[in-house]
Amino acid sequence: MLTATIFSSLIVFLIAFVLLQKGSLILTTKPLSELLFSSSWYPWRGEFGFYPFIVGTFWVTALAMILAIPVCLLSAIYLAEYASKSVREIMKPLVDLLAGIPSVVYGLWGVLAIVPLIRDYLAPLAGAATTGYSVLAGGMVLAIMVFPIIISVSEEVFRAVPYEVREASLALGATRWQTVKHVVTRKALPGVVAAVILGFSRAFGETMAVLMVVGNVPKAPSSVFDPAYPLPALIANSYGEMMSIPLYDSALLLAALILLLVVFSFSVAARVILMRIERGLR
Amino acid sequence: MLGSTFIVVGSLLAVIAVVILRGVPALSLSMLTQTPKGGYYLGKEGGILNAIVGSLYLAGGATALAFVISLPIALYLEEYAGKSRLASFTRLSLDVLWGVPSIVYGAFGFTIMLYLGIRASLMGGIITVALFVLPLMVRAMDEVLRMVPSELREASYALGSNKLETVFKIMVKQALPGILTAVLLAFGRGIGDAASVLFTAGYSDYIPNSFFDPAATLPLAILFQLGTPFPEVQMRAYASAVILMILVLSLSIASRFLTKRLTKYVVGVRT
Repeated sequence: MLTATIFSSLIVFLIAFVLLQKGSLILTTKPLSELLFSSSWYPWRGEFGFYPFIVGTFWVTALAMILAIPVCLLSAIYLAEYASKSVREIMKPLVDLLAGIPSVVYGLWGVLAIVPLIRDYLAPLAGAATTGYSVLAGGMVLAIMVFPIIISVSEEVFRAVPYEVREASLALGATRWQTVKHVVTRKALPGVVAAVILGFSRAFGETMAVLMVVGNVPKAPSSVFDPAYPLPALIANSYGEMMSIPLYDSALLLAALILLLVVFSFSVAARVILMRIERGLR
Repeated sequence: MLGSTFIVVGSLLAVIAVVILRGVPALSLSMLTQTPKGGYYLGKEGGILNAIVGSLYLAGGATALAFVISLPIALYLEEYAGKSRLASFTRLSLDVLWGVPSIVYGAFGFTIMLYLGIRASLMGGIITVALFVLPLMVRAMDEVLRMVPSELREASYALGSNKLETVFKIMVKQALPGILTAVLLAFGRGIGDAASVLFTAGYSDYIPNSFFDPAATLPLAILFQLGTPFPEVQMRAYASAVILMILVLSLSIASRFLTKRLTKYVVGVRT
């Protein structure tokens, strides 16, 4: 039992170690700064510039968060503060279902619904021409995919705010909305930040759904209607060909390591915040 | 606020509705009962039985493997390690692991398989997916084990049973519904993930005969069929998505139902 426990707690470090070992090969030939900030991606010439992919990842993820945060926080507030018990009991399984849908299905839905929507309605409205396979499509699909995690974590955080705090505010004559706005959200802020960080790291590493709708053009996007090529999609698409070109596999594993490190630091931060809140409650 | 809640519910319904509306017309019995025949990806006849069976094998194997590792870990965390530093470190580490993107597991699994000289196979996929669902399973079991009332534990000790007996005869029995839910959740997550099996399980038009054969999986079947330029084949991708979605959603609903049903027979836990 002890062995299994220690093994499980070390898996994440094992993954990092293996990726670092393979990924460091390319670092001996090229400085890290060149890999991160060069935009020339010509693996067959030995040029591995991750810049367009990193920028693409951030565009898609940031857009998803911008779309998801207001919706998620407002629904979490509604569910935690206003909704009756029966509404909550209906919503919880629905949110769970949303979390259970496989990413490929989201991707397919994006191809069938979101891509045509952007191509035929949203882009002409903004005066842009696009195939629909764009940062915006990736962001919209991702936003829906992070709904469940942000909603469920932040709802729990709101509900963890002690009832006395609310009563004190109401007793001072504040309305319900004022109480929510000035008291509950302030008290819940660290937890909400943690929920958002968790959503961010989920979106950051999502591969298949994004790959299917984002266009996969290795060029830094300049508008939301441009296609992009996020890092996870790069890894997934290039695995077939990587064995034939020297250093290609090393570059891709370095990309995986970058993903891992970003997600790692984000989730550690979020979990530490959440653990503090939990400890404060006891 | 009510509006944003509607957006959430609306997007769920939109996803399900669009996939079903587009997929069901293309669904046929031969898709469920045949493996791809020659020229299947050009629009000729055949089905995706290879992917359905492959996915079930893969997720089943991975869930079983993860279960064998998870249960001792969860029991250890709850019963032996208590609030020790190791326990909280393991919990944090598993939570972080839970957030690691599946593509990273895929890359990791592939690298390890290269070291060991295993080709893309059912085995490689099972190991990778088992690692991928492990954190979810341990943490879910950990939560339900924590709910077991301590009086039960004390009663068991008072009757003279030792720690191991208490853990397996009392704790596990009490937490059974929750453990079952954890298993179903992990199965659903394992069957739906594409990025981790992309390099580790490979793809094949045949149903795998041994652990060392490559195995097709439903998510990849959807991806590959969608990637062809033929509308007939793309239609089959929609139909495959319906199959996958129904499988996953019914698992999710079944686990909810089972939990409710089984908790009735458990002492002292209110739902």
